[in-house]
Amino acid sequence: MDCELTHELINAYADRELGLIRSMEIEGHLRDCPACSERYAGLQALRGAIGVLYHKPPIHLQKRVTKAVRNASRGEKKSDLISWRMIGIAVSAVVIVILSWGVVRLVSRPAESELLAREVVASHVRSLMANHLADVPSSDQHTVKPWFNGKIDFSPPVEDLASEGFALVGGRLDYLDNRPVAALVYQRRQHYINFFAWPSEADDVKKELSQQGYNVIHWARAGMSYWIVSDLNKSELRGFVELLQSRTWR
Amino acid sequence: MEERSKLEQFEERILPHLAAAYNLARWLTRDERDAEDVVQEAYLRAFRFFGGFRGGDGRAWLLTIVRNTCYTWLQQNRSHEFAASDDEMQQVESDAPSPEASLIVSADSKLLAQALEELPVEFREAIVLRELEGLSYKEIADLADIPLGTVMSRLARARKRLQQSIARLMGREV
Repeated sequence: MDCELTHELINAYADRELGLIRSMEIEGHLRDCPACSERYAGLQALRGAIGVLYHKPPIHLQKRVTKAVRNASRGEKKSDLISWRMIGIAVSAVVIVILSWGVVRLVSRPAESELLAREVVASHVRSLMANHLADVPSSDQHTVKPWFNGKIDFSPPVEDLASEGFALVGGRLDYLDNRPVAALVYQRRQHYINFFAWPSEADDVKKELSQQGYNVIHWARAGMSYWIVSDLNKSELRGFVELLQSRTWR
Repeated sequence: MEERSKLEQFEERILPHLAAAYNLARWLTRDERDAEDVVQEAYLRAFRFFGGFRGGDGRAWLLTIVRNTCYTWLQQNRSHEFAASDDEMQQVESDAPSPEASLIVSADSKLLAQALEELPVEFREAIVLRELEGLSYKEIADLADIPLGTVMSRLARARKRLQQSIARLMGREV
């Protein structure tokens, strides 16, 4: 062990970071070399001097830090709560959306009569498309009316209104509102009119509406439901209804 | 970690090292007020990261956070001085003989503190961790994220500089 290596390792030696063998070699050299020994003494003196330079924390710091950490802990807990609350809010929001969607659907679901009006219009359109206006093509009410006997459990009003400009074209069976119904077909100029009749609970109803460009008039009376549908203009159709009513319930 | 026990564990394992935290922060910032602020900030960071604390030496773990908090603080508040330390680090210690042990022993603590404060921050840090906290080379290497050899050479150079500046300061005073 020489002075150079000792000089190199003296700090690690002082810090007890050297292995046993190296430490013993340096120890031996320090015993023999006054210069290195002095250097080592200087180093130890420095270490001792520096060792007293510990800065103690001010007394209030412990309190301050503890308080800050506890606040942070509460903040974390609160943010946990908040996130749970957020989840809660999100869940309720989803529930509300689903519920209101249901409600909107319920509300916006067309009323029974409107649904039926669609059926009526569809039936009217079908009868024209399929060229299936009448099962019993006749302008004679006394031919048409009996035709329904045995086919349905009610007797529909059949009026010949040719003299009023509404020619009876015929009658047929149709299926509406989950039941077989009587359909009577009239014609005014180039316009066909479907007149549906069937027994129903509804009473004292009168309704006019438009569907897909067709005019629909519905009324119920004395346990019977009546539907009129045509592309005929509304006022003429109204006239037709009045005519029917005046003839049927004289 | 359950929140309540997290606080309890933290207070039990990390809070007792407040003195070490303050001492390091005080030497690195060289200001009492700043040291307090840095310590509080470091403790809050430590609490946030406490979930990642895998047991072991709570003091070394905390001091790593204090050190990093200090360096962030220095970069933000003393960037000029902080940047200069690199150049200072490159300075080579003079070959002047070390002062005698008796001279150092007679130096008062105010002068010693001045000598230590004048060291570049990396040297100061090595001295504080070694001489005041008694950390091993390995612990310092881990804490400062530097090789073991660098710890050894930094300590040697730091001590050399300290001795020289003590001699210089005492020469002035005498």
